[in-house]
This record gives sequence, structure tokens and C-alpha cells, in this order.
Amino acid sequence: METRELICIGCPLGCPLTVRVDGENVDVSGNTCKRGDDYARKEVLSPTRIVTSSVHVKGGELEMVSVKTKEDIPKGKIFEIMDEIRKITVNAPVSIGDVVIENAAGTGIPVIATKNVAGV
Amino acid sequence: MKEWSFDAVIIGGGVTGCAVARELSRYSLRTALVEREEDVCSGTSKANSAIVHAGHDAVPGSVKARFNIEGNRMMGELAKELDFEFERNGSLILCFAEEDRPALTELYNKGVKNGVPDLKIITGDEARAMEPNVSDAVVAALYAPTGGIVCPFGLTIALAENACDNGVEFLFNTEVKNVVRTDAGYDLETADGVIHTTYVVNAAGVYADEIHNMVSERKLHITPRKGDYCLLDKEAGSHVKHTIFQLPGKLGKGILVTPTIHGNLLTGPTAKDIGDKEATATTAEELAKIMEKGSVSVKNVPFRQVITSFSGLRAHEDGDDFIVGEAQDAPGFFDAAGIESPGLTSAPAIGAYLAEKVAKKAGAGKKADWNGRRKGFVRPEKLSTEERAALIKERPEYGTIICRCEGVSEGEIIDAINRTLGAVSLDGIKRRVRQGMGRCQAGFCTPRTMEILARERGMEMEDICKNAPGSNMLTGQK
Amino acid sequence: MAKHDIVIIGGGPAGLAAAVAARRAGIQDILILERDGCLGGILNQCIHNGFGLHTFKEELTGPEYAARYIEMVEEEKIPYKLNTMVIDINKDKQVTVINREDGLTTIQAKAIILAMGCRERPRGALNIPGYRPAGIYSAGTAQRLMNIEGFSVGKEVVILGSGDIGLIMARRMTLEGAKVKVVAELMPYSGGLKRNIVQCLDDYGIPLKLSHTVVNIEGKERVTGITIAEVGPDRKPIPGTEEHYSCDTLLLSVGLIPENELSRSIGIRMSRITSGPEVNDQLETSTEGVFACGNVLHVHDLVDYVSEEATLAGINAAEYVKSGQEKDNAHLVELKAENGVRYTVPQTLDINNMQEKVTVRFRVADVYKDRYISVYYDGVQISKKKKKVLAPGEMEQVVLKKDSFGQYPDLKNIVICTEVE
Repeated sequence: METRELICIGCPLGCPLTVRVDGENVDVSGNTCKRGDDYARKEVLSPTRIVTSSVHVKGGELEMVSVKTKEDIPKGKIFEIMDEIRKITVNAPVSIGDVVIENAAGTGIPVIATKNVAGV
Repeated sequence: MKEWSFDAVIIGGGVTGCAVARELSRYSLRTALVEREEDVCSGTSKANSAIVHAGHDAVPGSVKARFNIEGNRMMGELAKELDFEFERNGSLILCFAEEDRPALTELYNKGVKNGVPDLKIITGDEARAMEPNVSDAVVAALYAPTGGIVCPFGLTIALAENACDNGVEFLFNTEVKNVVRTDAGYDLETADGVIHTTYVVNAAGVYADEIHNMVSERKLHITPRKGDYCLLDKEAGSHVKHTIFQLPGKLGKGILVTPTIHGNLLTGPTAKDIGDKEATATTAEELAKIMEKGSVSVKNVPFRQVITSFSGLRAHEDGDDFIVGEAQDAPGFFDAAGIESPGLTSAPAIGAYLAEKVAKKAGAGKKADWNGRRKGFVRPEKLSTEERAALIKERPEYGTIICRCEGVSEGEIIDAINRTLGAVSLDGIKRRVRQGMGRCQAGFCTPRTMEILARERGMEMEDICKNAPGSNMLTGQK
Repeated sequence: MAKHDIVIIGGGPAGLAAAVAARRAGIQDILILERDGCLGGILNQCIHNGFGLHTFKEELTGPEYAARYIEMVEEEKIPYKLNTMVIDINKDKQVTVINREDGLTTIQAKAIILAMGCRERPRGALNIPGYRPAGIYSAGTAQRLMNIEGFSVGKEVVILGSGDIGLIMARRMTLEGAKVKVVAELMPYSGGLKRNIVQCLDDYGIPLKLSHTVVNIEGKERVTGITIAEVGPDRKPIPGTEEHYSCDTLLLSVGLIPENELSRSIGIRMSRITSGPEVNDQLETSTEGVFACGNVLHVHDLVDYVSEEATLAGINAAEYVKSGQEKDNAHLVELKAENGVRYTVPQTLDINNMQEKVTVRFRVADVYKDRYISVYYDGVQISKKKKKVLAPGEMEQVVLKKDSFGQYPDLKNIVICTEVE
């Protein structure tokens, strides 16, 4: 059994949550509402995040184009994905939604552009 | 290792060194100025009260008194010749207690003896009529109408540019490590090589004692006297119109409150003798002292509107006077040492005096083609609407505003970089055209200004420095 | 002199939303003036996600959110001028602008919408002692250099201020390989959103030290270290609590200030608390026909609310242009912020001519738990709403309905306050 302390991000209250995890069984205390319970379960069983960054553009009107993972990725993969993002350069023009990495760090989730950059 | 040869070399590119350079440029001499930093006006000259003192403080008969009065007298004409900003806003020295009146009278008498024109002792009410925000506690004041304010960067850079335009060579990032006497004069040893010169002018600020002591047995000793300042937003700039001093009295040495030539409000300095000649850090105690003491003379100073604080080191020599002239036991070696307040005021006079001495000793004649006039920076903001529109039509870069707070255009920044002795650092640009000197303190305009500097100088962004080498703004490509 | 019905100063989220709303309300002749090289304002550098949940019901990054509005502006064919700086406006609604192409020109507007945004409070405003080396950045400047220009601004970082930009930059710099050593916050609570504290600091093990401030900056050329200290209830450093961090960068996220130099130049009445103009429920300033919205009016946390507010300003400016005058039967009532409520926007309400519903936004002065937000009309409690927690970092709102004023024909003031019971 593992016990973890979390702070709920559901609202400004920021309830201090205590989560006991025993295999599949999760027990949440300290929350004031259902949102705290949901948040804690997700956070201990499969925490995920969106990763955002920006990458260099060749031949564009701007130096950089901002990017994000199209969906939430497992929290543990953040730095691996950043390593991949840091290595790439894209060619202008770029449109919002263009895939810049097909499969980020083996998650099956693409990294996409979040800005339009016209060519010059 | 390199080798240079000159007739005369000035050590130090502060206001004194630049004034000497400008005056020496009148004569047929191969003259150079060596400066440790990447630009002129990088030491004491960049961080002071920016005051042109009337001349009542100095002890009658002292070197300070002489050059203060002369420098003050010269400043108006010089401002026209060299096109820098200067204004005689007048100063008030406040007396807060009846028992201090004799000290005020003494100050008046000193001023008269020194030759300060038009001094007048006025009542507290008269002072308040002139300056409504002056403290109710003021019982009398000394009014000195010839007191003024100047931009210390503007003055120093104008002197340097004019010197350079008249043939003086400027060597930056060049620190004099040692001075050795030779048969022909002096060798100045630097990290890059040796500079041979017949004459030396020592204008090395807080290091003038060390430079002097390399060649003279009559040792000098300079103590850096640190002064902190607070600069307030232009919205507070009209809080007072005159420069407001406090009569040195039982409250100790006072803090001044003054408008700056650019319309900000400046308060300071504190005075703390320190050992470290590089220690230009402000401290919480001293900043607190400024607020406390500044409020003694002027009511409701809006300290909430401080936009920056800074600290400068005054070169205080043990003898408490300027040391200006040829060292007795080192022929051809001239000092401008111990130049603390009123150094900014005195610089033009010290420059003229020393240049004449050097030229006389060298037997140098005046150049026929010397041009003492210098055109200042284009200031679109100061032009009429029609003139400004015409200027932008001719040079569109004056139409792109980079620094919002001070209204500085790309054209002005390009000018700062590309004219004589142009800026190589962000601070260099700031001191020339005020980019980043406003209320946001370069928050918005830093990236754009860096791009312009990189483009105009063909530099990489990563190599752009705030001021001296090593002060890089960036730590690499992302 | 060029003439336009509505001139909008600023092409950030506020200006864009105001322009779109004014066009949809029937005004053809609109001009947006933007000082930067592109529309979208500061959203362009806010590449993180979390924008748009209210407006678009999905989570967007800053550039994506901006792009939605830029698209609407393009679809509506609303003209805009980039790299164009407004240097003066006057009471006659003449706007003096400067740019490369047109030089210095004056535009006559029928209505003006102020949407200039805000700027960051610099180091000097805090009077932090120490040296003045390179490596001290306001968080937004560093954000621009990293995200838009593609440079690294530092490798070892201390951040002062736990506002959202500071928190976002702590994560951003960590992701780019920098070591963020600590975030110090002067107040006993963070000014940022909880979510940002968890996802930007806790995720990366970055300590947040509340009630701490920077007491010294070291380094002649580049920052070499900084000292922080704990502060007491008077927010003054406590001697003996100093901690030293070696670092090459200090980021400041210590507050935002609405950029109202232009507003002041025409003598618009300003609020001392918001540092923005005082406005009525039309978001009209004390100068007739001049409206304000977004961060120039008061600093927001969520861009969604900026868009909402700006939409209202756009609609009202359009109404003003169409009618060509003020409403004549105005019944202006003052909104008073009391007992823990620091300010309200708007500051006055015309109960005769108001929309069916007016959203009043405000901030509280401190962190409060289990309090009510109450509304009083001339001393009579009209509504109260229980809040588990209120924090200065989170903007609050109450909605006032026009029909609630029916019973108060002689209403003098409206009070919005917090109450313990």
C-alpha cells in the first residue's frame, strides 16, 4: 500500500488530499467535493499532461512555431517528448494542426503545430 | 601582443577623461583614450546626481572651487557647441532650524567668495512659493539660480564623439595593468600589448590613485564613497522644479531631490565609504535612507513610483580635494584624481586646463581643421508634427517605435549604434537614446533592441551584452 | 484627416473581440491599431494550454486562441494596421499614430476602444537591492525570448513572484533544460492558479517559498547568485532568515500594471486600485465615446473573460456610434466595493439603460475561507452567495439583473462586499 499527498486543482480551494493506493483500490480523503475524488484517482492511477513547446521554422516569416501534444500524454513521458521536440525543425508554411511529430515518444499521440506560420 | 604609440594617452573614459580628450583634440598631437569598459561613461560618470553645481559647497581657494565655478560657467556654451541637454533650473539649499541659520549664512558667504553669481537667502515661505512641495519645516533657503541639471551620459558621450571626430583614438576593453616610466615617457601595459606615450593623463576615477602610485612616490589614496539613488517615473518628474538640497546640519549630510533633464525625479545619494572599488550594489538600508531623508525636504515624494535604483562610487581622495596637474616627481604624467562631486560640473574646466598644460609641455600647436561643433542625436519626439512626418518619409525607421515608454524609434537606435563611437551594448544604446530607460525598464523593447543591435553590428544574438564582456543577455539557442 | 467610426487601440485579445463584436453589431468602418508586428498580443508568447474553456468549450494554447479571433477579424474583413503606435489621443477623439508607411498621421474617430493591455512591474518598482547585471528578466520578456525568438535566457534560475506567468515560466524553463531552484513569493499565498502551482512547480519538484522575497542580487556582469529571506507580517525581511542561491538568472513575476499612458493623457478618470479607467456598465470611460476593455481596464486571469468584456465594449461602442449620443434618461448608481472587496468593474451602473444583465467583476483583498459575497441596494441585502474560498488571484463576479432594480426607483448605491455570516 502506498500513500500520497496531493493538492486538488479543481478549484481555488486547493484541498490537501490524502490518497491510499492498494493495487486497484484507491481511497481518497481530504477532498470537499466529488471533483477532488476524481482528480486524485486519475492523478495516482494514470496522471497525464499536455506538453507544449516551440520549435524552429525554416523559411518562415517567424523564427519559431508553437506546438503541443494533440492529447494528454502520460506524465512520465514529458521529458522524453521534450527531447524529441527539441531535435526537430519544421519547414514553412505551417498551419495550426499540422503534425510535426507523428508518434511522440511511442505514446501514439502526435505533436501538432498551434500557430500558423506563412512562408517567405 | 600589439604595440601602439601616441603622444598623449588619457586613462579613463569617464566625463573627465572625455573632456580632456575633447580639449586635447584641438592640438596637433596623436592622442588616445583607453577605457577598461566597452563604452565611455561606464563608471562614476554614469551613476551620480546629474547636477551642475552652482559652486557654493567647495572650500574657497580649493581646486574644487576653482573648477566648479569655471565648469558651471562653461556649461551653457558647451551644451550649444556639443548639442547636449542642459538646463539651469536653479537650486535651493534648505535650512530646517533657526539654529542652523548661521550655517546657511556661511554657505552663502562661501559661495560669494567662490564667485557664485546671484546667490540669495530667501525665507521659508519664499522657498515654498517657488516650490510648493518643499517641507513646511523649512525656515530659510539659499537660492542659487546658476545651479543646473544635465544628462551625464549626454555630456560624456558628446565630449567623446567630438574628440573622436577630431582624431582622438578610443581603445575600449583596455585596462591599464601597469605604467612604466621610459626614456621617452611612459609605457602603459595592457592585456593586449603595450602603449608607448610621451604624456599620460590619469582620469581613472576610483582607480586614479593606483595608476598615479605606479609612477609617483607621492602616494594618493582614494576611498570609494558609495551613493545609492532612486529614480522615479516621469509622472513624478514635476514634483519639484529646482534641485532641492538639504543644508548639512544636525540631520547629517542630506539627500537631494531633483528633476532630471529628461523629466524624471531623482533622489539620493547616500554616502558610505567602502573598500571595494567594484561594489556598486545598492543596499536595502541605504535605499530606505533615501526615502526617509528625501522626505525631510520635500513633501509627499511619490516613492511608489520608483522605476529603478542604482549606485555610484565617488572617488574620494584623503586630502578632500581634486588633484589636477602634473605629478611633481613624474614629468609628463598629469593627474585628474579624486574627482568626486562636483566632478561632472568641473569636467569641462579640468579638460581645458589639463589639455593646455599637456599641449604646452609638448609644444603642440592648434589644428587648423579642428571642429568643436557636434550635432546631437535626431530626436523625432522634439520635432514638429510636419518635421517628424517629413523625417519618417525620408527615413521610415523613425516611424517604428521600439521603446514605448520613452517613445524611441528604430531610427534612433540605429543612430546610437552607427554614429561615431557607436553603442556596442544594450546599455550603450540606452545611454545614447534612452531606450529602455522608462517605466517598464526595457521589459517590452529588450528583444527588439537586441535584434537591431545584432543586425546592425553583424553579431550573433548570443553575443549581445548588457554592457561589459561577460554580461551576455542570452545563454544560447533554445 | 482620415476618419473612422471606431478606432481600437490594441490588437490583442481585447481589441480583436471588441472589433468583431462591433462589426457584428453593424459598424462597417472599424480600424484596429497594433504596435507589434502581428495580431494576437501577448497570447502569441503564451504557448501553454488552458485558454478558451469558457469561450470555445475546449482547451487551447494562447496562439490557437488568438488565431480563432484573428480568423474572425479576417472573415469580417476588419482593417488593421500593424507596427503602428498610437502616440496621442485627445478629447475630440483624434488619434495620432506613427508607423513606417504612413509616417505621422491623425485619425478622427467617432468612438475609441482602449485595449492596450498591461505591462509587467519591473525590478525597480520593488527596489530590490544589489547589483544590476544581465540576467534579470521580467517573466514575460524571458517568455518572449524563449517562445518567439527561440533563445535560452538562463540555465540556473530563481523566480520572484508566483503569479501565473512566473509559474508558467518555471515549467517552461525546466522543460528546456534549465534548473529552476526556487520560486519566492512575498505574500503568504500565491497569486497564481492552483492548477499552475501543481502542474508547473509540484510536477517538477520546484519549491515555492511563500512569505519570501529577494534581498540581494549578486554579479557584476551576469547574475551569479541571489539571496532570499523570509518576510514578516509587515512584508519586511526577517534578519537571519537569508538563504543564498547560486544562479545566472532572476525572473520577476511581480505584478502587472494596466498601460494607461494614453488614457491619462486625455484626462480619463482613473481608479487608484485597478490602475485602469473608471467605467460605467457600458464600459465607457469618463470621456464620452471612449470605451475600455481587457487588461488596460483591470488585470484579468483568464483571457475568456477578456473576450467577454471586450465583446460588450464593442457592442456598446457600436451603439454609441449609431445613436451618436449619450442616453438622456440616465440613472447612474455607484457601485461600492466594501469589506474585503477591493474594487468593482464597472464602477457605475445606469439602471435605466443597462442591458438585461450586467456582470460585475472584482477581486478580494486577501485569502478568505467560508465567506459570503453579498450585494446590497441602498443598505438592503439583495443576494448572498457562499464561497468556500476567495483569493486575490482569482477574479470573482456577480451578475446584476435589470429587473432587480424595479423596486428601487431612487437607488443611490450598490454595495458589493464579503461577509463572514
